[in-house]
Amino acid sequence: MAEHIVASTPVVADPTPFTLPETQRRVLRWTLYVGYAALTAGIFHGLAQALSYAGIDILGYFPALRSYYQGLTAHGVANAIIFTFSFANAFLPLMVARALSRRLDDRLLWASFGTLVLGNLLVIYAVVTNKASVLYTSYAPLQAHWTYYVGLVFVVISTWLALLNMLLTWRGWKRENPGVRMPLLAHISIVSYVMWFLASLPIAVEFLFFLIPWSFGWVERTDPLLTRTLFWFTGHAIVYAWLLPAYVSWYALVPRQAGGKVISDSLTRLVFILFLLLSIPTGFHHQYTDPGIHEGFKFVHAILTFGVFFPSLITAFSVMASLEMGGRAHGGRGLLGWIPKLPWGDPSLSAQLLAMITFVFGGITGLINASFTMNQVIHNTTWVPGHFHMTVGSAVAMTFMGVAYWMVPYLTGRKLWGRKVALASNWIYTIGVLIFARGMASAGLEGMPRRTFLVQAPYMDPDWLVGRILTGVGGTLMFVGIALFFVVIVMTIWKGKAGEAPKDIPWSETLIEPAKNGWATRLDRIGFWVIVAIILIVIAYGPFFLSYLPPNYVSPGFRIY
Amino acid sequence: MKVHTYERAFMILGGVLLVLCMAALVYATVALGIHLPGRAGEIEPAKVFTTPPFDNPGVHQTGPNQYDVVIIGQAWRFHPSEIRVPVGAELNFIATTFDVIHGFHIEGTRVNMMLIPGQISRLTYRFREPGEYLIICHEYCGAGHHNMYGKIIVE
Ligand code: HEM
Ligand SMILES: [Cu+2]
Ligand SMILES: [Cu+2]
Repeated sequence: MAEHIVASTPVVADPTPFTLPETQRRVLRWTLYVGYAALTAGIFHGLAQALSYAGIDILGYFPALRSYYQGLTAHGVANAIIFTFSFANAFLPLMVARALSRRLDDRLLWASFGTLVLGNLLVIYAVVTNKASVLYTSYAPLQAHWTYYVGLVFVVISTWLALLNMLLTWRGWKRENPGVRMPLLAHISIVSYVMWFLASLPIAVEFLFFLIPWSFGWVERTDPLLTRTLFWFTGHAIVYAWLLPAYVSWYALVPRQAGGKVISDSLTRLVFILFLLLSIPTGFHHQYTDPGIHEGFKFVHAILTFGVFFPSLITAFSVMASLEMGGRAHGGRGLLGWIPKLPWGDPSLSAQLLAMITFVFGGITGLINASFTMNQVIHNTTWVPGHFHMTVGSAVAMTFMGVAYWMVPYLTGRKLWGRKVALASNWIYTIGVLIFARGMASAGLEGMPRRTFLVQAPYMDPDWLVGRILTGVGGTLMFVGIALFFVVIVMTIWKGKAGEAPKDIPWSETLIEPAKNGWATRLDRIGFWVIVAIILIVIAYGPFFLSYLPPNYVSPGFRIY
Repeated sequence: MKVHTYERAFMILGGVLLVLCMAALVYATVALGIHLPGRAGEIEPAKVFTTPPFDNPGVHQTGPNQYDVVIIGQAWRFHPSEIRVPVGAELNFIATTFDVIHGFHIEGTRVNMMLIPGQISRLTYRFREPGEYLIICHEYCGAGHHNMYGKIIVE
């Protein structure tokens, strides 16, 4: 790679240090803490689930819990929704503010934090009182208390407010910098949440027009297939909303941490625009085995799903090339000699490198899920949680933990406490998740069902045994890994040495600098790409809705949990 | 846009790989006849037990080596919960649910469908090996979900 050195451009507008006012840093900090608290709360039942598959019932030690499924709801909501979006609500606006060296809007910052907290309180109430043990997918006609749906709507609104804040900051910057291209870091951060905004509209329709009126009793019946389809209309793109903030870090920050550079400005922007276009029109791949949806529609979504794999392939190469640059800058030689030379002793980098390794397996298993022939074998077996603990459960989660190792010090002004503990946490979690996923995946191939309190099931297949043991062992290690992470963060906030924190975010420079003219500059026209995305969505979903509507209101609510 | 030669090669290779995956899917659908459940009719959940063919769940011969297997899911059991079918016969599974969403998976096979209130699920399959297989409800359906299973005996 190294022969291509051109004049470098920082991925931020102003390379001299810029920091947000303390009042704004405080809000971002607390938004982040909500996320890490949710992560930690979620893993207790994660452990109980893994052990249940291994044949060990520890639910008795959770006296407040009415059932396994109440705990599973808490695990899914806390870890997949609250943790991820709290992180993104803090991280992405911070990236935009720093990229543009411009402060955020105070009122929007507070409003976003306030709605997040309010949403959390409502959801916690519903889940803790066992009024919402419907799992995070909220499939009707299982019906939750209205506080659960309304709480989740508030969480989504908090993400919209965070996006609005970024957009206003960008607009202000544009006015003062006419004709200047938006810096890379701002572009990819904003595109990430623009994609999510578009993706979140179907679930907003599902909750506001179907589930909420139904949970209040204003309408008696609902349509299970239509609401489920609206859920997955958002539900595939939601996984990219979790992933893209991690990609922002991998593209724009990790190269610096590794001692390398972003390979190409234009290619990076292109990747994020491709995600904006392709993340949403793929939701039927979660409904391959559903009745009521024509096979042809499913086929279209399968093709687009393979399409959305493409920008991730580019990412694999680009990020790896940045890392190679870094490893060679540290004296690595030979084909692979640069790998051990990377600064593995930096817990923030090591967490993200390990996250990338698990993501290779996450990606491969994802391709298998997308192939509908294979999907019929593994749908709703433990193969699926095996897969997504290597994507959201580690590629994303470990990146968000890795980012915490610089971001919490950066926002608090305190030095990271316990670098070695943090390193141990990374490795223990990675080894754990690989063992866990191996167990879940192999037993899943043999038909072991997910979302099942297996330790109390009246059936059992001896072929699952090895997979079940690995699940239990791996899950326990994962629990230890995140528990250590929590200790590091709490101790940093509480005991970290004041004044020894990083003064700036680890932004990188780019090797191939931003295009000055040509089509690549059009990647900045986010509004235009949103329209293209909408056209694709209409092509992918229009025929289904045209042939299906009006809704088939057949189901009253069931609260059998 | 400037793209490094190696990266360009990688992108092309990756693209070709994805196209090959898609080609394999087309082959599986067209040549091997592996199909997904599709639109197979609607039904009112509350009247499932009195609407044909679900008023008579079970195995019914429809041709020389052809059977309909009619199944209803209800929290937390299948009707019928034990099924006997001949090995090698063409089995047309026709299933639906009386209450909430259930799953219908015969372990180790591609007989894997969701039972969604208001919809009829259909899938065709032939067992090549005799034996006893578990039928598992693999979608969460309430407090007793893990008790919902059945058995299919292929002889
Ligand atoms: C200590 C660490 C963890 C352990 C031991 C663990 C274990 C498990 C197990 C065994 C299941 C399957 C339960 C079942 O299907 O019955 C599960 C489901 C799930 N996990 Fe984790 N997990 C952990 C961390 C995480 C993290 C960090 C995330 C995401 C950021 C995550 C997201 C999920 C989701 C979304 C589900 C699906 C819930 C559902 O089916 O409704 N988990 N977890
Ligand atoms: Cu998906
Ligand atoms: Cu069930």
